[in-house]
Amino acid sequence: MSQTKKELLVDPLVDNNPITLQVLGICSALAVTSSLQVAFVMALAVTFVTAFSSFFISILRNQIPSSIRIIVQMVIIASLVILVDQILKAYAFEISKTLSVFVGLIITNCIVMGRAEAFAMKNPPVASFIDGVGNGLGYGLILMLVGVIRELFGSGSLFGVTILQTVNNGGWYVPNGLLLLPPSAFFVIGLLIWAFRTWKPKQVEEREFKIQSVEAH
Amino acid sequence: MSETESKGVIARFLAAPPDSVGKTIFVAVAVCLVASMIVSSAAVALRPVQEVNKLKDKQMNILQVAGLFEPGQNVAEAFKAFEPQVLELATGQFTDQFDAATFDDKAAANDAELSRALSDDPAGIGRQALYRTVYLLRDEAGGIDKVILPIHGYGLWSTLYGFIAVEENGNDIFGLQFYQHGETPGLGAEVDNPRWKAMWNGKKLRDDAGELQITVAKSQPAAGADFYVDALAGATLTSVGVDNLVRFWMGEQGYAPFLEALKAGEI
Repeated sequence: MSQTKKELLVDPLVDNNPITLQVLGICSALAVTSSLQVAFVMALAVTFVTAFSSFFISILRNQIPSSIRIIVQMVIIASLVILVDQILKAYAFEISKTLSVFVGLIITNCIVMGRAEAFAMKNPPVASFIDGVGNGLGYGLILMLVGVIRELFGSGSLFGVTILQTVNNGGWYVPNGLLLLPPSAFFVIGLLIWAFRTWKPKQVEEREFKIQSVEAH
Repeated sequence: MSETESKGVIARFLAAPPDSVGKTIFVAVAVCLVASMIVSSAAVALRPVQEVNKLKDKQMNILQVAGLFEPGQNVAEAFKAFEPQVLELATGQFTDQFDAATFDDKAAANDAELSRALSDDPAGIGRQALYRTVYLLRDEAGGIDKVILPIHGYGLWSTLYGFIAVEENGNDIFGLQFYQHGETPGLGAEVDNPRWKAMWNGKKLRDDAGELQITVAKSQPAAGADFYVDALAGATLTSVGVDNLVRFWMGEQGYAPFLEALKAGEI
């Protein structure tokens, strides 16, 4: 094994972040980041699913026939997602209503499938579990960053606690309504990717083509 | 087990890794069995807790539609302000046949004796129960202040379940709210948007001639602004569904007899 367990856990946070470097799992990052509380629950749910799906798939990795491996992975992931959905409905009903279809859509979250296919199929269970936790946390970290920006400037609060008193409630802050709409997450994530790559130039991809200079006629 | 035969098949399949047919089927069946057992036992074990949540959510929605909801209050306690009654839709009168506290509306809609199949079915609900639980809110003098009526119908993807609160005159809408639906988040799910819900407040069901005029539409109808709720942008089919279900439930097949009686002061 080339990576230590600590590296497996810490690498996906910044150096190999699933959202900013691999650019996976964008859909749900757009949809659930308008309030921090929801983003937090979503991050926990994805971390749980990624960790345990990687763990179980890794246990079975030598038994899974390659012809049906994707389907087997999907069955395991889907079962875990349904489990999370049922638990949320029982113990966090309000949040499960806000998350609505997005909990079910964890099944199609590229991060979960990506880690199962790229890591868990080739590595032992414990390492896969840690890798899953790491990637879930990496996803969660970006979700929380985007959530802080969107909730603070979009509705003037953090975790539902008012920080900037909005005009509607008799304060001074005019909230930026755009930040409550999904497209704003695109801008915020784009800026985050820019910031990450300025901080760690190693993450910048090589250009696929170069613009040729042509001599004027 | 046809080990040798299957290897022959697989060898022809571009010499893929040696996974035999038998093993493939075995793994597929085993994984599905274990997964389905885990999922179904979780669903069964957690159902009671989920039911409690659903009931609380329903009560909270009734409080909200009646304008009595305050964050942090004890929902079950506040809900005692309401008086549940089982209503016979056809006559518009309450019935003592059932206990209002335990009457199950959804079960009644599936019970052949307690429901009827609809031939004219704009709300897309198939069968309609003959009896519905409605909630009365009385003022201090004991007269009726508001009635909360359950409504449901098909939108774009799902059946929308909600409540409409009508004033004691049987014609003014106090509020409308859906508590369960599966419409598109951001488009049809905007039926939950407080600003859109607020548009229902103070609208009227029928004009002076007694014609049902309330409508959800893109532009104001001839009847006037009192009967008009703006459709949701980007959610035409959900809006049409809401229009249909409100008109159905407020019409002759729905609560019209009851609202007539309410207007005449017979309740």
